Amino acid sequence: MAWRKRARPREIVTQSTLDNAFDRRTFVIGTAMGGVGMLLAARMGYIAIAENEKYELESESNRVNLSLIPPRRGWILDRNGAPLASNRADFRVDIVPERTPDPDATVRTLTNILKLDENQAADIRKRIADGPGYQPVEVASGITYDAFAAVSVRLPDLPGVVPQRGFSRFYPTGPSVGHLIGYVGTANAEEYAEQDRNPLLVTPGYKIGKDGLERQFEQELRGIPGARRVEVTAAGRIVRELETREDTQGDPIQLTIDGPLQDYAARRIGLESGSVVVIDCLTGDILCMASMPSFDPNSFSQGIGRVEYSMLSQDERVPLRNKVLKGLYPPGSTVKPMVAMSFLREGLKPDDAVTCNGGLRVGNRVFHCWQRRGHGRVDMAKGIYQSCDVYFYHFAQQIGMDPIAAMARRVGLGQEFDLPVLSQFYGTVPDPAWKLKKYGREWQAYDTVNATIGQGYMLFNPLQLAVYAARIASGRHLEPKLIKSKTRQRFAPADFSAEHVHLVREAMKDVVNGPGTAGRARLPIDDVLLAGKTGTAQVVGLNLSNGKTGPWKYRDHGLFISFAPYDNPRYACAVVIEHGGGSGSAYPIARDVMTFLFDPAKGMEMLRSFEEQWGGTAQQRLDAKYRAFAAAAGEAVKPVPARDEDIFDQVEAEARLAVRQQESIADKKVDPRLDTAASSGQVSE
Amino acid sequence: MSGIVPAPIARQPWQMLFPLFVLIAFGALVLYSAAAGSWSPYASSHVLRFGIFLVMAFVLARFTRELAMFFAFPIYAALLVMLVGVEAIGFVGGGSQRWLDLGFIQLQPSEMMKPAIVLVLARFYATLPVGMIPTWRSLIPAGGLIMAPVALVLLQPDLGTSLAILFGGAVVMFAAGLPLRWFIGAGLAGAVLAPVAFFFGLQPYQQKRVFTFLDPESDPLGDGYHITQSKIAIGSGGFSGKGFNEGSQSHLHYLPEPHTDFIFATMAEEWGFVGGLVVIGAFAIIFAWGLSVARASNDRFGKLIALGMTATIFFYVAINLMMVMGLAPVVGIPLPFMSHGGSSMLTNMICIGSLMMVDRWNRRAPRSGLMR
Repeated sequence: MAWRKRARPREIVTQSTLDNAFDRRTFVIGTAMGGVGMLLAARMGYIAIAENEKYELESESNRVNLSLIPPRRGWILDRNGAPLASNRADFRVDIVPERTPDPDATVRTLTNILKLDENQAADIRKRIADGPGYQPVEVASGITYDAFAAVSVRLPDLPGVVPQRGFSRFYPTGPSVGHLIGYVGTANAEEYAEQDRNPLLVTPGYKIGKDGLERQFEQELRGIPGARRVEVTAAGRIVRELETREDTQGDPIQLTIDGPLQDYAARRIGLESGSVVVIDCLTGDILCMASMPSFDPNSFSQGIGRVEYSMLSQDERVPLRNKVLKGLYPPGSTVKPMVAMSFLREGLKPDDAVTCNGGLRVGNRVFHCWQRRGHGRVDMAKGIYQSCDVYFYHFAQQIGMDPIAAMARRVGLGQEFDLPVLSQFYGTVPDPAWKLKKYGREWQAYDTVNATIGQGYMLFNPLQLAVYAARIASGRHLEPKLIKSKTRQRFAPADFSAEHVHLVREAMKDVVNGPGTAGRARLPIDDVLLAGKTGTAQVVGLNLSNGKTGPWKYRDHGLFISFAPYDNPRYACAVVIEHGGGSGSAYPIARDVMTFLFDPAKGMEMLRSFEEQWGGTAQQRLDAKYRAFAAAAGEAVKPVPARDEDIFDQVEAEARLAVRQQESIADKKVDPRLDTAASSGQVSE
Repeated sequence: MSGIVPAPIARQPWQMLFPLFVLIAFGALVLYSAAAGSWSPYASSHVLRFGIFLVMAFVLARFTRELAMFFAFPIYAALLVMLVGVEAIGFVGGGSQRWLDLGFIQLQPSEMMKPAIVLVLARFYATLPVGMIPTWRSLIPAGGLIMAPVALVLLQPDLGTSLAILFGGAVVMFAAGLPLRWFIGAGLAGAVLAPVAFFFGLQPYQQKRVFTFLDPESDPLGDGYHITQSKIAIGSGGFSGKGFNEGSQSHLHYLPEPHTDFIFATMAEEWGFVGGLVVIGAFAIIFAWGLSVARASNDRFGKLIALGMTATIFFYVAINLMMVMGLAPVVGIPLPFMSHGGSSMLTNMICIGSLMMVDRWNRRAPRSGLMR
């Protein structure tokens, strides 16, 4: 400032004023330099000392990468300790979309390295586009070491790609246990949010149970994750491991299921669509709960591929539906032993008889017996083993619907069981009060008539039919169990008399071993006699189909309930074959399953000869079908819904729709179908 | 000085050379660590280059005042021609170019221009009649001398170097005694024109750097990455550092350019606040010596050269340190005497050599001489 005053008369600039100015200005410059130096030192002190803790933390979080080791999932064991679901060590590649700047290019590169086909690549791209960026998307699992190494080597060019060694869920019997056990998959956004953003759920390679028992027992099976602290470079290369905590495997779940039996039954269903349930009559253990056709849970754990989804969802045999729990069927004549029990309970004598002339007039309609020629004189035993409809029409009208409905509930029909399953449909035991409430119409005599032959409003699932068989076989109030427990509980005797049970057992023995409707169901084992009851259920009105031929959808369901040995029942079995064309499609399966229980070698021998005709085991046929479908569909396959839940919600909705369709023919006239021993030789399998 | 030390050695400006050697040695240690504990490729060539350029500086120091006066304009003119040449080759070859390959050596004329602008302006003001200082005659030619290389370097485009040239020139003009109101006026004009220049003059990548500097956390994995990682390195060093060869930020490659632009962060991580003080202190001693040489000089030419050269080195140091500490945008300016790189070492050693030259003149003709 002082200098400026003097400078204003600018002429007076001399060497000495310039030197003075230089000194002053040099001092100013020096001071400014010093000031900058002080500022820098202060700034450095602030960063290095005041904020040291924060930056040290950030430096550590740079340097140290904490990665979770997904816990090995608990095994699911069968009753003998053999695994139905286990873990297999394998190599896998995942991709974390939000760490990938150019997902398309990355997927293209991976597709080349791993030799994926176009549909698989499209599935991966769709999952990347649909999912939240933090959720890893599986590119491939179970790859060879060479492929794994090829990806690992190129890692610097593939940001966000995680190749690792891990464990994959493995279901040794594949489709045989698909519906029962379910499958695993990566958690979706909702599940991640529900579980408080648990970082385990977005760890590459971690799967949670998506369906069936895998989902039901998620908490037990999950285990505790391990952790690995590693020092990494900025490019993500691991320099060294700092410390590792091993994971703790989840708890195993032991089921009452008999693994080989489950597999056998599933395979024995063959080309048909249906289910087989086997229950231990002493313990209530469910030994087998097979529903076919099914999906392969092994291939679902990668995410449901579009080709696979397309194939399964277009199949009219609904491979995605668990038919044991979510298939409801009119039981047909299989209810007759139960109806007979209700008659006995109401005081009807076993030898009270009626003459069957092939039909009976009820009101203004004539209800036929399946045997148009008539059965002649029919008492209770003959009513059961010959499945005479007229006998039941006649006495049911005398006794009324309410006692029959009460007996149906007593034997477990229409009951929801206390089982660890996600959902079960439990059907309908119709009675006058129910009909009035549901339809606002009075119960009619023909409703009773329909109900006695298991048609009309009656709808049950195969599990209920098996429990029913087990209860009348054992005479005990047996409850089905799916989880094996150490304590064996005795079931209280059901409140029907031993004498009645004996009568019905004898009659059911004659169905198979006497002059009954299922002579071909006789076991090829000398000292074990099978007792059973056939059923054929009409699914559409008489105007649409005769039930045996025509479109598959219109054919009759085939049912068979059984137990063996008849005099000291050990196993009860229910077989339901959808649109099998009659009971002839069901009882050979029950026979072979029972044979397998008593003599596995003999059972397998029969299965092998069948599988030769069918073109392989269930797994082989599913794989072949997949290949054929993929080849035919080419690249024009529609993508899968983004969430697995959507798929199964849709399947369940369709199952409900199927039930409604069945109800719609309930008050139509039913014409009992050929269901016989006399002609059973002609009923093809 | 004691009699044990021979006179030619005792005569050297040890108050500057000692901190310089400290910086070089310290730099070599940090480079050793930056190469993951190896003398090659950085540390050994760093020391070797310093040795060569130190000899050059001693040779430079022996130049007489007349020789320096004589060569000032030719050197400037030659460098200007080379800048045009670089531009032309870059135009022909396509894309930006800063190097001129003379066959036996690769020259970066824009770097050499930093000391050259100081030399030529000192030469200009030394011979300008004293009475003309407050007139346009002192401003217009000098302004032309500065703006020609600045414009050429901006075309490369190299904002950092053009700013350094501008800064060196402005300091010499300021010290030459030009009216203060011109500087205030220029400052105001700059404040008005800066936004205009920012939006119309800068390349998009340069604009982005400025935005990033203002808010580095906005994009910690992208453009803010350099600043963020540099601050983490300095901050995690704490008071005494993580220890020699123990810096995780540099060794695991989180810190970009750990051996050039961000060498201070590499150092601070391993040596902490203490190491930072040593570096800043060493530079402070060198600058204080530079300023004292300027003040001790008994003629305008020497004064202006010494001040300008000191300011040029200071500009490097200040901008580099502010950059690594998050106080300035990321501009590619290395830290003198520590960063690995021949070109900046050459420029800075020319500055040191020039200062030693002026120091030598001072001792030949002490300040208490006739000129005063």
